[in-house]
Amino acid sequence: MIALSDYLILGAVLFGISLAGIFLNRKNILILLMCIELMLLAVNINFVAFSRFMDDIGGQVFVFFILTVAAAEAAIGLALLVVLFRNKGSINVADLNEMKG
Amino acid sequence: MSFEQILFYIFATVAVVGALRMITTPNPVHAALYLVLTFFNVALVWILLEAEFLGLLLILVYVGAVMILFLFVVMMLDINTAPMREGFVRNLPVGLFVALLMIVEIALVVGPRFFGLEVVSSPAPRPEGYSNTGAIGEVLYTEYVYAFEIAAVILLAAIVAAIGLTLRRRKGVKYQDIGRQLDVRREDRVRMVRMDAEKQQD
Repeated sequence: MIALSDYLILGAVLFGISLAGIFLNRKNILILLMCIELMLLAVNINFVAFSRFMDDIGGQVFVFFILTVAAAEAAIGLALLVVLFRNKGSINVADLNEMKG
Repeated sequence: MSFEQILFYIFATVAVVGALRMITTPNPVHAALYLVLTFFNVALVWILLEAEFLGLLLILVYVGAVMILFLFVVMMLDINTAPMREGFVRNLPVGLFVALLMIVEIALVVGPRFFGLEVVSSPAPRPEGYSNTGAIGEVLYTEYVYAFEIAAVILLAAIVAAIGLTLRRRKGVKYQDIGRQLDVRREDRVRMVRMDAEKQQD
């Protein structure tokens, strides 16, 4: 049988990989957005696993809502990206220095 | 090792390899496709967990809609990825270090010592005729109906925001203003002129 810890560790490994991806691809907003999607997915694995092992359907409902919010976030993020590319002709993070922050 | 375990390890390995390739490939199109691979395998893991509804939802919504949106944007934008790769090697050690540290720390907390089979026993398989979709629907439309409607409003807000952000009105394009067209009266356009008949020229 597969233990609960196996699922949790799979989630942790995917989360760590996406964190490393944010470090490695700091310049490319597209890959950053994909890494955020992967992070949300890694967390969702934990929700589904706990929902099964604790026999509580609430965890799966929670995943449903996280998927909704993640889809909305991806749509708005990509829209921002398209506007950014239209205005600056590049999506390099290094070019985003107008606000001098 | 049972058949379920073999399946789980295959899916988990492919998902992790896909994620690793996603963060290392230089081409954003390939990154999106590797992410699709990861999503697909995680959906299969969820189906192993008897969460069939969410597994299929992940494939339909994520692989079918969100990742296609990503691919659309990647292919629409003409991106030169070469300057974005700078700093990849420089950030590699610190990225790997932080990620490994985090994975080890999380694994220490959620590892077999606290969540192994001896501590949390494997749940009994669902009885025949059990419907995962039905079970989710039963609580979704009763206990969580308020959150469900808020989710609908969030999606509506996302639609409005995405369209509003990318809408662009071009200058110098001739288009009809229906309101002004309907607003016009006869007196604005037609002028009656009384004038004498002109003499016939011959």
